[in-house]
Amino acid sequence: MENAPPVIEACNLAKKFDDFTAVESVTFNVFEGELFGFLGPNGAGKTTTINMLTGLARPDAGTIRIAGIDCSKSLKAAQHLLGVVPDESNLYPELSGYDNLCFCGALYGLRKRERQARALELLKRFGLAAAADRKFAGYSRGMKRKLTIAAGIIHNPRILFLDEPTTGIDVASARQIRQLIADLNTGGTTVFLTTHYIKEAERLCRRIAFIVNGRLVKIDTVDNLMRQTDGRHVVRFTMTEEAEGLCKAISGAFPHLQCQTVSQEAIRLESREPVRIGPLVRFIEERGAEVSEARKLRPSLEDVFVSITGIAAAAMKQEQEKRKSGDGA
Amino acid sequence: MNRWVAFWSILVKDMRAYYLKPPNISWGLIFPLAWTGMFFIKSGGGIEDLLALLPGVVAISILFGTTSMLAVTVTFEKKNRSFERLLLAPISLELLMLAKTAGAILFGAVNAFVPVAMAVFFTDLSRVAWGMVVPAVFLIAVSSTFLGLFIAVSVSEVFEAQTFSNFFRFPMIFLCGLFFPIEQLPALLRPLSYALPLTYGTDMLHRGFGGASLMPVVMDFGMLLFFCATLFLISLRNIKRRWII
Repeated sequence: MENAPPVIEACNLAKKFDDFTAVESVTFNVFEGELFGFLGPNGAGKTTTINMLTGLARPDAGTIRIAGIDCSKSLKAAQHLLGVVPDESNLYPELSGYDNLCFCGALYGLRKRERQARALELLKRFGLAAAADRKFAGYSRGMKRKLTIAAGIIHNPRILFLDEPTTGIDVASARQIRQLIADLNTGGTTVFLTTHYIKEAERLCRRIAFIVNGRLVKIDTVDNLMRQTDGRHVVRFTMTEEAEGLCKAISGAFPHLQCQTVSQEAIRLESREPVRIGPLVRFIEERGAEVSEARKLRPSLEDVFVSITGIAAAAMKQEQEKRKSGDGA
Repeated sequence: MNRWVAFWSILVKDMRAYYLKPPNISWGLIFPLAWTGMFFIKSGGGIEDLLALLPGVVAISILFGTTSMLAVTVTFEKKNRSFERLLLAPISLELLMLAKTAGAILFGAVNAFVPVAMAVFFTDLSRVAWGMVVPAVFLIAVSSTFLGLFIAVSVSEVFEAQTFSNFFRFPMIFLCGLFFPIEQLPALLRPLSYALPLTYGTDMLHRGFGGASLMPVVMDFGMLLFFCATLFLISLRNIKRRWII
């Protein structure tokens, strides 16, 4: 894929809001036909980076080239190549699904017949044909996300930016959207995906960048990132009692284990050596808690994320979900 | 890319989504009717005074029609982020804002002719200089729309846009010679009148409807064009500075 030409070239991007540094010295390339993941917690600078790449924000420093076009000089020419699906569905509530798509097609200069045909094709492809004439305001959250993605690709963009496409929607819709993203990429569209679902990024992306506090901390292929987990052993214990406080005791008694509280009733143990479950179960039960499940886990990209960023992925996901449900749509 | 496809679609979308809604149509009918009735009763004159009232009623209909709509079509869309979709489109900001304001200009112009259409049944309009009235209506619609745009991009909430626009609109009713001649205003207020675009538009309307005018027609035209250009350019600068951060 690195042999393909870069279609997004971000070099030393920086953005400040008053005294707050949102993005600092961010440099990366995304190659033609790639599905690139951009991961980080809330406030890490993901959306600010997307806004700079798409022209909704001006970088304080650095350069952006889209398909070789210098965005500081010819932003509108670059925007013609981009499709953008924001983190919140921002179509027009008073227009129908079909009219929304036709309108978005017109913004990119599609002629009437062309945009009408394309709108019908996308409605069918996204399983929204039956709701084509319904107002967007009456759509479910999953339908809104699907239509927003359809609006982002109505003009067949060369590069598609997807900001948290599956956040806050039901499992079936999320699965369908993931399949649609994979299909789009297979069809040749370069996809720039931000998500806080690390498993989603692991499943979809070929390369991933981790951004924390406005700085890129790691960028590599999923395969290379996963190699960092070779030789690691992970066990998850689920208890009937609260797990709070147990981690400290376990770390004291088993110094080779790294312990992390996953939820109120679950802990996660990681070690470079094989983890013996029996002594641990006895240790926990001696402290009055009953182990209901002990499961060996295959190390995942989430483990890599945690080890690189020091941020608990579960906490990041919860925080994001809370923010989404608070926002409404 | 044919950018006019985008321009036309934005205009048609705004017309369908906002301007042609029943509440706006009824607003366009009731508002001029109410103002005509109010000043007709206040003046205590007969039906022959109707022609003298028309410039003020036409001007106020345009002013309120245009400025009210921009708070919705621009501030509301900015608030719910659908405006971002327009900013991401590969069309220049100038063309985009002309498309967003074209609907309001048309709406204002149509509003202007509602009282004129009503007046046809009550008074003789054969002496009206349409060659003066029509350009005046158009220029008032454009300058009022751009004033509404200036207000809409200066705030972030719809209610702020409404409140802020009243800060301009209500004084303009009294300061721009709509119903009270500028010469009769206190000397201290008169400079304010000349700093408002509606003064020049109303002056053109008075001339067009056969009344007395204060300034040469070239000056009225020139000042209206100056206000249109200035307000539009300031609004564009504000959008670039405040919205494309």
